[in-house]
Amino acid sequence: MFGWCGKILEINLSEKRFRTFTPDPDILIKFIGGRGLSGYFLKEHITLNWDDPGMPVLLFTGPLANTSSPFSGFTNVMSRSPLTGTIGDSSVGGNFGTQLKRAGFDGIIITGKSDILCGIEIHNSKIEIIKVPHMAGMPTGETGSILKDKGSTAVIGPASENGVLFSNIIFDINIAGCRNGLGLVLAAKNLKYITVKGTKKTKVSDPNDLEKSKEDILRLIYASPVLSGSFGISKFGTAALFDLINDRRMMPTDNFRRTYFKHAHLINAPSLRKLYNPKDDGCPQCNIMCKKVIRTGISMPEFETLSHFSALIGNTDIETVISANRFCNETGMDAISAASTLACFSEINEKKLSSSEILDLLNAITYKKGEGEFLGLGAARYAKMKGHPDTAIVVKGQELSSYDPRGAYGMALSYAVSTRGGCNLNAATIGYEILRKPVAINRFTFEGKARIVKNSEDLNAAVDSLAVCRFIFFAASMEEYARVFHAVTGISLSADELIKSGERIYYNERIMNAENGFSAKDDDLPSRFFNSYGYKGSDIKIRPINRKSFLKARTNYYKARGLDKSGMPVPETAKRLGL
Amino acid sequence: MQNLLSKYEKKLVKSGLADNGDPLLGILDAKIKWNKKGDTIKIFEKTFERLNINSLIFSKPKEPYFSIINYLAKNSEGIIKPVDCETRTFFHDLPVSFEFNTDAVISGLKKRKCVIIPNHGIIATGTVGIEQAFIAYSSVCFSCFVKFFSDYLYAVKSNKPDKSFKKEFEKVLNFVNPPLSYNHRLMEGPFTSNADAIGAMKETGKLMVDLKLVDSFFGNISYCRNNTLLISQTGSSLDELLGCIDLCPLDGSSCSGITASSELPAHLEIINKTGHKAILHGHPRFSVILSMDCDIVNCLKKDLCHIKCPQKRHIREIPVVSGEVGSGLCGLCNTVPEAIIDKPGVIVYGHGVFTSGIKDFNEPFMNLLQIENDCYKEYLNRV
Ligand code: SF4
Ligand SMILES: [Zn+2]
Repeated sequence: MFGWCGKILEINLSEKRFRTFTPDPDILIKFIGGRGLSGYFLKEHITLNWDDPGMPVLLFTGPLANTSSPFSGFTNVMSRSPLTGTIGDSSVGGNFGTQLKRAGFDGIIITGKSDILCGIEIHNSKIEIIKVPHMAGMPTGETGSILKDKGSTAVIGPASENGVLFSNIIFDINIAGCRNGLGLVLAAKNLKYITVKGTKKTKVSDPNDLEKSKEDILRLIYASPVLSGSFGISKFGTAALFDLINDRRMMPTDNFRRTYFKHAHLINAPSLRKLYNPKDDGCPQCNIMCKKVIRTGISMPEFETLSHFSALIGNTDIETVISANRFCNETGMDAISAASTLACFSEINEKKLSSSEILDLLNAITYKKGEGEFLGLGAARYAKMKGHPDTAIVVKGQELSSYDPRGAYGMALSYAVSTRGGCNLNAATIGYEILRKPVAINRFTFEGKARIVKNSEDLNAAVDSLAVCRFIFFAASMEEYARVFHAVTGISLSADELIKSGERIYYNERIMNAENGFSAKDDDLPSRFFNSYGYKGSDIKIRPINRKSFLKARTNYYKARGLDKSGMPVPETAKRLGL
Repeated sequence: MQNLLSKYEKKLVKSGLADNGDPLLGILDAKIKWNKKGDTIKIFEKTFERLNINSLIFSKPKEPYFSIINYLAKNSEGIIKPVDCETRTFFHDLPVSFEFNTDAVISGLKKRKCVIIPNHGIIATGTVGIEQAFIAYSSVCFSCFVKFFSDYLYAVKSNKPDKSFKKEFEKVLNFVNPPLSYNHRLMEGPFTSNADAIGAMKETGKLMVDLKLVDSFFGNISYCRNNTLLISQTGSSLDELLGCIDLCPLDGSSCSGITASSELPAHLEIINKTGHKAILHGHPRFSVILSMDCDIVNCLKKDLCHIKCPQKRHIREIPVVSGEVGSGLCGLCNTVPEAIIDKPGVIVYGHGVFTSGIKDFNEPFMNLLQIENDCYKEYLNRV
């Protein structure tokens, strides 16, 4: 078999046993890998609670990993989200996917619960479950460093172990992945870390054509201002977006009460670069190197973190952003949710947070001290508890990231209908609504957006299943990756057919959410966005979203996606998609 | 939606890419909206149903494109391979379908953004916007034009074009505009406000497109004042620059210019090297065609002309350099700025022309026009 290993590793922590199995090749083609296969194998368990030992955590990479396919080797992590109750998933870069393939596996499914804190160590076909009670509460950087000779690492920190609902998983010491509280699912299994290392090669069907298709993609990368330009992500990391989003007046400020941050120049990417002179870092098979690090274990904040730990909470001190980001990574919690929960706290208590208060509150969240215990439940639960549910800027319980939906209506719709709650990545409309790729479209209208959002969700589901970096699709398209896919696997699927697989994969997620009771009532935005202006300038106004137009777009979206009027899956669509 | 349909219908006609009444355009949200009724709609409804697209354009292209595309398609084996760099980078190749039915159309569009149906026209699609379909359609016309004239020149020089090619060439040449002329002055610089500079950029961009010197989506323009470069955004149309100009401070204090044209590094370096303020870049056809006509035999870099041409080449006194779009190691930002010093402009192999001026767009505009006219005349000489 080319591309895939054709082998999946299943580990049961309760029984301390593992087995491998060979999936039906048809399933590999239909669900590709990464997010697609994770979803396929999660489905039968999805109604279990996130902390039920039977609930699996799935880590899958794709057929292109461990080949020279550009920007490949991502890992999709999936389970049921403790924060939202929806499916929870995240695609992360780093070395994990590549090492997993080298060890001979397309994916790992972990179930059960260890009776003592443990780690899983995979070295080719040798699988060990190691007891590590001494690592309890250990920060992620320290854990990662201890383990670094064992290959690629995925570790949780004290936030997970202490029950923070938005805790995450840190890969390869520097890479924070997994919103949705997936770190907590590992903690529920008493699993501190996973390491993986291998030496196997992945077979490629047509290495020559792979090289040629790679050249095509690289040419597109160099032609992309967003990726390779003088102000692009390659030079500045994702922080490069900070000025633009603020200029477009859609930077969530003061807990989404405003959309323009007047101190942006103090915190933007050029300022960060000047102050810290970061080094380039990145995933294997990447020419962009979007990760910027100050030194091992200290990464530069991504755009979303930079924005939320400054504009959203009214902080103008760059050092505080760096420290907060570092703290979140060390303790293993999602910085977007953490900052957003602090913003909610700040609004409810009518309190502007000082630098030390920000860091103290993050500490209190991690270690369940005082108010921190409740803040660790996330903005939605906290705000409800305090009698101010409107101050939680969430969708399905997950805090929104740093693109105000009033500034881009495709983004508004996609936040609302996202299968994993307030997430900008499912449709990633920012590409065309702001970054002008593949073309620029009017950001202030819902016209046409239903179909566009649906198409983009399908495309991105396919990208996450091929397990390649999303950023590349600011420049390349599925046409180029269909050729890569063919060169690697020998299977001829057109761009459109790969995206059709994305549609299947997305619909499968919608079905899983429906089984847990999610419907149109959950596909909605916080009322703030329908009631208030974000910005009123002479040149540009960020108006409240017209609710009627939003609801009409949502209805159109359901139609485009083949759902019924209340957003529920229907058998005909499922059948058409082969589900 | 209706607005978008009529905007791009008009744009196709105005750009000389289709005759009035020919283009069929559709956009799908919950339902498909069409700009007109027609027999072929049935085929395209199925196309929308089965493909992950949201917009589609189908039209018989206006002459000379119609003849050119039919000729190339007839002589292709189902795929037209463009020779110009831009189309090769962004579209790779252009599928041809000799049948015009649902399955044939879908099969072509599953792989690429457009498909050519000889004697019927071009079908182009978009996944997020009708503008994508427009760009694809326009690229097919541009790249087929360039390929047709390049192939003919090559045929003339290498042996003799066969009779049918010669006949087709003569027919097509009748449709090609004579040398362009323009006798008015553009806004005079140096500009003392951003508003004036933007006004001049808009005026120049629109004129370039209106004169059909370049196609609307392919090119960029900038003006430098007060330590800030004002530059057209990536993917903007030269004739619709309103709201599409980025301000990039030269001291690098902001990243707002992340959406600026992919040729930003070249513009910055030209300013740096020449001290000029106004820069123009576009893809005039005969300059592109002629830039690829090279007589050097046994060149070691034969297949890498567009990135690694080792020769000092000129068309009349204009340097021809290699270089790709953007900022890669072989990016044109590494070749154009050096070559443009003390020259009226530079032609980039298989791609387009850069010109620059000291205080406003009069000089670069006239130079661009002159270079294209010269290349046109020179082309006729060579055939
Ligand atoms: S762009 Fe960044 S996330 Fe993507 S592959 Fe490169 S380093 Fe990894
Ligand atoms: Zn160009």
